[in-house]
Amino acid sequence: MDRPFPKTDAPISPRQQQFLLAHRRHHHMVSLTRLLLLLLFLGIWELAARMDWIDTFFFSSPSGILQYLYQLLIDYSIFQHIGITLFETVLSFLLVTVSSLALATLLWYHNSLSEILEPYLVILNALPKSALAPLLIVWLGTGTDTIIVAGISVAVFGSIISLYTGFCQADPETLKLIYTLGGTRRDALCKVILPSSVPLILSNMKVNIGLSLVGVIIGEFLAARRGLGYLIIYGSQVFQLNMVITSILILCGIAMIFYRLIQSAEHYYRKKY
Amino acid sequence: MHPLLSLQDISFAYHNLKGETPALTNISLQVSEGEFLAIVGPSGCGKSTLLSIIAGLLPPESGTIYYRGLASTDYRQDCVLKIGYMLQHDHLFEWRTIYQNVILGLELNHALTAENIAYVETLLKDYDLSAFQDKKPSELSGGMRQRAALIRTMAIHPDLLLLDEPFSALDFQTRLGVSADIAQIIRQTGKTALLITHDLSEAITLADRVIVLSKRPASIKCEMQITYPIGRSDPLAVRCTKEYQDYFNQLWEVLTDGQTIS
Repeated sequence: MDRPFPKTDAPISPRQQQFLLAHRRHHHMVSLTRLLLLLLFLGIWELAARMDWIDTFFFSSPSGILQYLYQLLIDYSIFQHIGITLFETVLSFLLVTVSSLALATLLWYHNSLSEILEPYLVILNALPKSALAPLLIVWLGTGTDTIIVAGISVAVFGSIISLYTGFCQADPETLKLIYTLGGTRRDALCKVILPSSVPLILSNMKVNIGLSLVGVIIGEFLAARRGLGYLIIYGSQVFQLNMVITSILILCGIAMIFYRLIQSAEHYYRKKY
Repeated sequence: MHPLLSLQDISFAYHNLKGETPALTNISLQVSEGEFLAIVGPSGCGKSTLLSIIAGLLPPESGTIYYRGLASTDYRQDCVLKIGYMLQHDHLFEWRTIYQNVILGLELNHALTAENIAYVETLLKDYDLSAFQDKKPSELSGGMRQRAALIRTMAIHPDLLLLDEPFSALDFQTRLGVSADIAQIIRQTGKTALLITHDLSEAITLADRVIVLSKRPASIKCEMQITYPIGRSDPLAVRCTKEYQDYFNQLWEVLTDGQTIS
């Protein structure tokens, strides 16, 4: 057996060149079609609005949204709304990530504890978290606290369960190696479980950021005076559909940026290891 | 002088709700300093259980283990003797370089002294891995990985090496080479070794003494001293001798309960 990937400095063969070219072409085709699809959608929407096929009062239009966005940008109010939603989402995401890692570790460390808590975790995970929102408002009032707790409650239980399950799937033989070298259970955790779970933790973070955003928006629907969730609910109540749709589009953008950030962390990790 | 390791009537059974699975019954054996002992037995007969008990990972249900003549209740506390354990797979961690992998044992024992690090570096040089010490395990061949695993085990200066079928995950050709390599290294450093295998020919080529275990629950069936007039310097050459054939046939008969090769 030789080294699996011998590195060669040989010049690229014509066939390899052909392959690379075809690969690049395919890549361009995908990106271009994606863009065209979006433009087509926006174009049809705008056209339908201009031609009065749809009522812009209910369905808005790309140009209407742009106009509204321009207004929001001028009076800076949009930045406040975006900022508060971002702040709440990032904070609850960080709290979810840290606390679920800590709890999953604790559960792994103490077998009987995880056995005892298992049914509670499963029930809490399955419970629709929006059902908790009225309780949270009574307990914590309307404001940032409630919204952050709502963001946490949506993501945290599933996160604990999936991290704990991942920790338990470590190869028992690898753990045995640690014990044969004189290591303790703590060593097994620090040297095997945590480092081998980095990909799991990263993919778990991807899920968590999305769920935290869901929780925060639910919280803002019910208990906020600021934030994108508030804008959406307020806009629908006063029939300002421009406001609603603009906020939703901004949310799409935020979700994409978060996803990309964690994805680049994943890329960085994969390159390094 | 006491033998390095002595087992007295060791028995062990696994328990679950469906019942009890006896794995070892009354195993008594001794390993003296500098000896290379092989234990052969059919698959699933409890060989690995025996090693786990010797290494102090499992407490025996009855019987006593003596390390250097001292009866042990807890190997980890007694610390009379250092045991190195080589598992079936190398289990090199992909998130560590080869160098970081081989010092794992030192790290866990809080023994990252200049002296030990120098020792690891000599080992890397001796086993032709210096050039690869900053590589990831996946960049190495199967044989090199197994040598790296051996360095990881040797780094903690074990008095006794336990080898749990360390070659069984390798392809046949690599396996012959690597097992010969590793046996050479063990003999040159004068280490005491206990090899567990289901491969009879491997046991006869490498070991000074072979113990045959019965099917589960394992008990000792027979014991045989192995000597070759040509010496042990070349484990591959040994395979061509007449003595090798004789040992093989005798042990085969024991293993298969008297059915001779026809």
